[in-house]
Amino acid sequence: MQRLARISFQASDDSSTQRTLFAYVRTALGLTFGYSALLLVAVISLLPLVWMISTSLKAFGREFLFPPQWIPNPVVFGNYITAFETSNLARYFGNTLMIAVLATLGTVISSSLVAFGFARLEFFGKRVLFIILLSTLMLPGIVTLVPTFVLFKTLGWIDTPLPLIVPWWFGGGAFGGAFFVFLIRQFMLQLPRELDEAALVDGASYFRIYWRIMLPLSKPALAASAIFSFIHHWNDFLNPLIFLNSEEWRTLALYLRFFLYTEAGGGAGLTRWNLMMAASVVMLVPVLVIFFSAQRYFIRGVALTGIAGR
Amino acid sequence: MASRAAPLRPAPPAKNGLRSIRWRRHLIGYLFISPWIAGFALFTAFPMIYSLFLSFTKYDLLGPPEFVGFSNFERMVSDHLFLTALGNTAFYTLLAVPIQLLLALIMALLLNQKLRGINVFRTALYLPTVTPTVAFVVLFVYMYNPEFGIFNAILGWFGIPKLGWLTDPNLAKPAFIIMSLWHVGGQMVIFLAGLQAVPETLVEAASIDGAGKFRRFWHVTVPMISPVIFFNLVLGIIGSFQVFASAYIATNGGPKHATLFYVLWMYRHAFENFRMGYAATLGWVLLGVILLFTLIQFAVSRRWVYYEGEGA
Repeated sequence: MQRLARISFQASDDSSTQRTLFAYVRTALGLTFGYSALLLVAVISLLPLVWMISTSLKAFGREFLFPPQWIPNPVVFGNYITAFETSNLARYFGNTLMIAVLATLGTVISSSLVAFGFARLEFFGKRVLFIILLSTLMLPGIVTLVPTFVLFKTLGWIDTPLPLIVPWWFGGGAFGGAFFVFLIRQFMLQLPRELDEAALVDGASYFRIYWRIMLPLSKPALAASAIFSFIHHWNDFLNPLIFLNSEEWRTLALYLRFFLYTEAGGGAGLTRWNLMMAASVVMLVPVLVIFFSAQRYFIRGVALTGIAGR
Repeated sequence: MASRAAPLRPAPPAKNGLRSIRWRRHLIGYLFISPWIAGFALFTAFPMIYSLFLSFTKYDLLGPPEFVGFSNFERMVSDHLFLTALGNTAFYTLLAVPIQLLLALIMALLLNQKLRGINVFRTALYLPTVTPTVAFVVLFVYMYNPEFGIFNAILGWFGIPKLGWLTDPNLAKPAFIIMSLWHVGGQMVIFLAGLQAVPETLVEAASIDGAGKFRRFWHVTVPMISPVIFFNLVLGIIGSFQVFASAYIATNGGPKHATLFYVLWMYRHAFENFRMGYAATLGWVLLGVILLFTLIQFAVSRRWVYYEGEGA
């Protein structure tokens, strides 16, 4: 009652012109604050990337100037050609691409099968198994580092890309892989059950339902998984570092680190930062292309799994 | 026909004929999840058990593992680098995670405004997160350079003398924390999703009750997104305890062991000195520490995490 009285009191009291003016100024102030805060954060956020690109275009020697040169002068696009010519950058790019694509393919195919099982089928111990699956998400992957190394060494897979690919064909059984099962399952749970029930009545097999109904409808979740997976494998450093050691299989991540510490980069004291940054940009480009072309899936995907943390 | 109308649930217990159908259904379920079961056994369960076994052995990959009882644990306790590595990691985690979450939340709040062109800002704030870690760390090594790095150039604008970001033992860990702040996009988006799920009616109701902006945020928004905060906190701490790549690339543990983080230390034992048994011990100890932190958080969470529908 009191609350109601207060509202009616306010409404009758405010002289309308004053109030609209006040509201107008307030909105304008709010907008200005909102935009300037966003702008400031955005500039800081993008500064390192801008700096990376700027440095990659500088003439040799200009990257050591202090105070730094913000805009490269002269602009040397040739750094990119030099970066490719003075190293096997193209091969490293190919290695990384192959590993990321094959691992992603395995992740999407096998995780969607498992996700379908958990989302739509009933079997003994389903709840317990799903809880186990979820709890692997919280396990630190570091514990299995040593034993998996021993395992792959016994199999003779060290210094081949197999340890980086094969585990990802096992439906989230590899560390961190459960994330993808979870993401796709959450999405499948939202799809109407009537669809697959109708198909069952029509005599379709479960595999057919998975393949012809659920997969096409789950495209957003599959796309999000594919993007996450690709970027994860493209960016991965620890696993290639442990499982690969010859130059033949070197990935871009390994190369960048190698470049920082060797004579090829000018030695630790005199790193050729312009070439280093050019190579970094080369590594960054595929990620950016994927990110920009599939942004809506990406951000929705993070949200989908994040919310489920409730 | 009637029994096929609800075919996705196990058939009701019935006569013998139906029992086989029911079994078949369970079998199909297992068939679909079999990749995960095999993967879990091969790449999670087996390695964990095997590493527990290894932690009681001496194993250099050349000869077979040799059983040594608890001596790996004894060695760890007397290893002067154990406390250094664990301390560095705990320091980094306990400082970095709260700052990361606070920043991510502020960024999410900024992005939660109803403004034109907000998507552009969302992209700008998220973009650094997808940058490859190695490229980012290498870039920061360059930006932190005491002689010609951009950080010192910016400090110079304010008259602050050049700092040895990665060469000063007191500054190295803060430098890593600063660097990690560019990778909070994941947490930010999760916060944003949480904020967008807060019912507007609740905020409006508080507003009608006379609550100001700050009180609305503190007493309505924060409790409503507390599960999301908790989620980010738990996963953030688990992730931070395993910090490796940045230290390995930028400083390799230096200066004066200031950035010798636990996993980097463990990596050296395993893959530079091939002490697999000892490294397995260190892995299990880290698992124990992380588990302890996680359990504490779950216990404390009852006091501050609000789950809708569980009653206030």
